[in-house]
Amino acid sequence: MVARDDEHVDGIHDLGGMQGFGPVETEPDEPVFHERWEGRTYGLAGAALGAGGFNTPMFRHAIERMDPAHYLSSSYYEHWLTAVATLLVEAGIVRGDELGAGFPLSRLATAEDVPPFAPGDGFAVGDRVRVRDVRFGGHTRCPGYVRGRVGTVVRIDPPAPVPELEAHRKERVLEPAYGIRFEATELWGPDADPAAAVHVDLCDRYLEAE
Amino acid sequence: MSEDHDHGHHPQPLTPIEERAQALEELLTAKGIVSHEFIDQVVEAYAHDIGPMNGARVVARAWTDPAYKERLLADGTAAIAELGYGGPEGDHIVVVENTPDVHNVVVCTLCSCYPWPVLGLPPNWYKSPPYRARMVREPRALLAEMGCEVPEGVEIRVWDSSAEIRYLVLPERPAGTEDATEDDLAALVSRDAMIGVGRP
Repeated sequence: MVARDDEHVDGIHDLGGMQGFGPVETEPDEPVFHERWEGRTYGLAGAALGAGGFNTPMFRHAIERMDPAHYLSSSYYEHWLTAVATLLVEAGIVRGDELGAGFPLSRLATAEDVPPFAPGDGFAVGDRVRVRDVRFGGHTRCPGYVRGRVGTVVRIDPPAPVPELEAHRKERVLEPAYGIRFEATELWGPDADPAAAVHVDLCDRYLEAE
Repeated sequence: MSEDHDHGHHPQPLTPIEERAQALEELLTAKGIVSHEFIDQVVEAYAHDIGPMNGARVVARAWTDPAYKERLLADGTAAIAELGYGGPEGDHIVVVENTPDVHNVVVCTLCSCYPWPVLGLPPNWYKSPPYRARMVREPRALLAEMGCEVPEGVEIRVWDSSAEIRYLVLPERPAGTEDATEDDLAALVSRDAMIGVGRP
């Protein structure tokens, strides 16, 4: 495998289309919380994020900044616990030593700045669009598997905050957003299911006219 | 919450993750950022009041009231609010309808986005790497593995709900339920059918 610039490697969380995973294991009559600490973590997370003024993209980014091995080997609520603790420590609301020894935190955010963007004319339902091949090592909601791919606008959504700006600058900037349909063959090649399509909701900055 | 309550659940020593969760909860309560009672209320709400039974009521209403179904497909968020459901992760809900020709299924490849007000919190498999990786790439095969065969001629639409929109699948009403009441129908609707990995 060719070595890549560390700043531009997709995060371990960007799982769409990744191969090599086994079966999906389901559990009949699964409880909402499997263990007590999961519910406690869920409850405290909302309060802590609110109290610290952390928005959802900041929270998601803190999860994405987890050590990849820790991310893949830990459960959903352990991701939450790690991310909340990381944000609180980074904001100086709690000190690392107050959490006790051996409390793993996420890595520091990349120093890379949010890619610049000039808004276009917008798109209409039926327009063909290509996802810009922008590689950004920080927080984005443009999944890697649609980068560079062509799809069709199927829905115009309410303007949505740009995740990059919320996560990295705590700026809430609304931008046009669209539901885009990608044929499976466009994403995965000619052998893909001819009667399957994947829809991804993308903001204006991720798209260019095809 | 009393110390007795806390410790009553743990006759065994705490595991490392339990220790960490408890350390953070104690620290945040000591700093006045959150209270044990607030967390109790959140846990209770998601354990009992916010779950797939809400989505099932939406589906049953849509099956029995054509005008409601029309509103639901036109503006999911508003129609769902008519039944009293809304809240976190429910600001923009789009309802996608299964038909004899189209099968819809929902995933979040980047994390685990899910329409909490109508389905509650997601099951573990929805959050698992295999589901998130595979559903966008090989939906028909994965659906079959999960017990939901979709014939070759039926189009599969996968919805990667990784932005602001949350999706709810409106399953097809099962044959032979013409005489069922709305309550009967709601009891038939499974969580998996509303994600798109099962049928009612």
